[in-house]
Amino acid sequence: MNLWKKLLFGMALALQLAGAQASGGGMAWDKAPGKTNDLASLQNGAKIFVNYCLNCHSAAFMRYNRLKDIGLTEAQIKDNLLFTGDKVGDMMKAAIDPIQAKAWFGANPPDLTVIARSRAGAGGTGGDYIYTLFRSYYRDGGTPTGWNNLVFPNIGMPHPLWELQGERRPVFDTREEHGQQVKVFTGKWEQVTPGTVSEQEYNTMVGDLVNYLTWMGEPAQNQRVAIGVWVMLFLLLFTFIAWRLNAAYWKDVT
Amino acid sequence: MAEFKEISPNAPLGAKLHNWFDNRFPTLFAEYRKHMSEYYAPKNFNFWYFFGSLAMLVLAIQIVTGIFLVMHYKPDAAKAFESVEYIMRDVPGGWFIRYMHSTGASAFFVVVYLHMFRGLMYGSYRKPRELVWIFGCAIFLALMAEAFMGYLLPWGQMSYWGAQVIVNLFSAIPFIGPDLALLIRGDYVVGDATLNRFFSFHVIAVPLVLIGLVVAHLLALHDVGSNNPDGIEIKKGPKGNRWSPDAPADGIPFHPYYSVHDIVGVSVFLMAFFAVVFFAPEMGGYFLEYNNFIPADPLVTPAHIAPVWYFTPFYSMLRATTDLMVNVLCVIIALAVVLGFVKCRCATAFKIGAAVAGLVAIALLKTFDAKFWGVVVMGGAVIILFFLPWLDRSPARSIRYRPDWHKWVYAVFVIWFLILMVLGIMVPGPIFGTPSLAWLTNELVAMVGTLFYFGFFLLMPWWSQLGTPKPVPDRVTFKPH
Repeated sequence: MNLWKKLLFGMALALQLAGAQASGGGMAWDKAPGKTNDLASLQNGAKIFVNYCLNCHSAAFMRYNRLKDIGLTEAQIKDNLLFTGDKVGDMMKAAIDPIQAKAWFGANPPDLTVIARSRAGAGGTGGDYIYTLFRSYYRDGGTPTGWNNLVFPNIGMPHPLWELQGERRPVFDTREEHGQQVKVFTGKWEQVTPGTVSEQEYNTMVGDLVNYLTWMGEPAQNQRVAIGVWVMLFLLLFTFIAWRLNAAYWKDVT
Repeated sequence: MAEFKEISPNAPLGAKLHNWFDNRFPTLFAEYRKHMSEYYAPKNFNFWYFFGSLAMLVLAIQIVTGIFLVMHYKPDAAKAFESVEYIMRDVPGGWFIRYMHSTGASAFFVVVYLHMFRGLMYGSYRKPRELVWIFGCAIFLALMAEAFMGYLLPWGQMSYWGAQVIVNLFSAIPFIGPDLALLIRGDYVVGDATLNRFFSFHVIAVPLVLIGLVVAHLLALHDVGSNNPDGIEIKKGPKGNRWSPDAPADGIPFHPYYSVHDIVGVSVFLMAFFAVVFFAPEMGGYFLEYNNFIPADPLVTPAHIAPVWYFTPFYSMLRATTDLMVNVLCVIIALAVVLGFVKCRCATAFKIGAAVAGLVAIALLKTFDAKFWGVVVMGGAVIILFFLPWLDRSPARSIRYRPDWHKWVYAVFVIWFLILMVLGIMVPGPIFGTPSLAWLTNELVAMVGTLFYFGFFLLMPWWSQLGTPKPVPDRVTFKPH
């Protein structure tokens, strides 16, 4: 048995190596709050999502009335969030015309329903990625939109929350690696122009948005875990019964 | 027809019912006895013997969840991705059904790989069980086709580009390749026509073949009887146990003894299975790949295309077959011919024949593209399993009574298989970032692994006879519980 344990351990290690290699380079992702069961945060995230994202991005597999799952009533959804549809049973379609979008940004803004699931990788969850993305924008005169991003270089999307965050500039350090001078991001930022909210408030808002996107990627996720606990408890009990039943049958087999 | 049996009108209801059916459908009871209550399996089965029944369980899970998925899934390139999300969101319990099916695919390969390894360890393919093993290999092949085609259906980026890469492999076959690839796709690129035919194969054709093969696998097994960890033929041992005077003394009725035993295995397996379904359905991107949550886009090729983990050992063998590998194979063939000339005590005509065959093989290797040979290697890695019953010449059937160093050969084989699996997941090129180790590429390591894999099987007629086997006992080793 010992040999098998060693093998399994080696396999796990190798898979980690494989994952780390697949992500390849790029900056490390920050850890998102990842609270998909905090209803207040999810509701705030939904509000930010509808106000800032849904103009250009759709969430075409998500129905407005599914927001009831995060504690909103149908009337609340209708009055506060339903901008792009007529009925609460409608899908969250974007307001933008896809042909114009392509002309403006060079690519159609992707659908965001499962964006948090698709962006996961060895660097962390998809939520971590999006959280990092919204905290890594900087002004760059060399790009068509005037914006650039550390985690997504030459991103087509200009900073959608820039009024809130203000303009920032990343601080680089020059270091010598393999005999070459390379610019390394220090993890520090300089505020160029102030935003309408404080840095802490901004982080909370982005955290709420990311929570919402993560929840929207799989609305059943919390229910899934809750049911899973009971299934595990049942199977534990059942395994015990099955084990004793087996022992009862086999006890006089010689 | 058998005699019509009358029963006393005062008999209990159960006996009357039994009699009613037995007069009209005696096969029912005869088959039940043959395969369940009077099928005598060796009583010394261990942990490794759970995986056969577990494979059946997973097959049932896949069929039942598949039936429900088909009720809501739309095999249409414009709607497939959307309909999967519809299942995940709007269909009540849809996420549960879908996760069971996606986890079931990986679980199927986990149990089948372990089941095959059990056969390898205890020589379960040896005479008279060759056909049991061959049906099993055919099941494995059908399962690979089933998994491959099913993976296209969610119509995500990995579905699309995985299918594109694998179908393109067929076009490397000389002469017929391009037309064959066209026939498989039904189009010049993977598209709606491909999705529709893969759907048809995935839900009807291949499952029918699979079920037929599983029935053949079990019928053939029950005809010759199960092997066991000692590799001893219990039918050749003493007769008579407490259930029957003619049954093997070391046998035990499958039902109820192994049915209650398998329930324990099922329960433990379901704990692992549902832990994935409920707590980690993506399994860190190995069961559901992250890229597959992006709808298929024929214009955007993902940076890294890798098949799902259960195909990667074979995929890395394909990638390992570069021009270098072809040259290495030529050298190996040439050396084998020379060695045959010097060492083999056989007719000169035979030696000359072998030399000509070797030359033809080398000529063919150098004529066709390495890509084609990669496809041959990948296919050959599966096909070679079919020949295992005739490759193994060890006097002892079970690993327990083979020379100790055989265990190490098997262990190294398993390690190489796992290394190939990991290499297939990783991107090709240098494994480590260090410039001094840049020569150590994924393909180079995979080449060594591929050569070991084939060496293990092709040289088995030679190495499996070496060493002194331990004495095999007359009766199975069994410790009462």
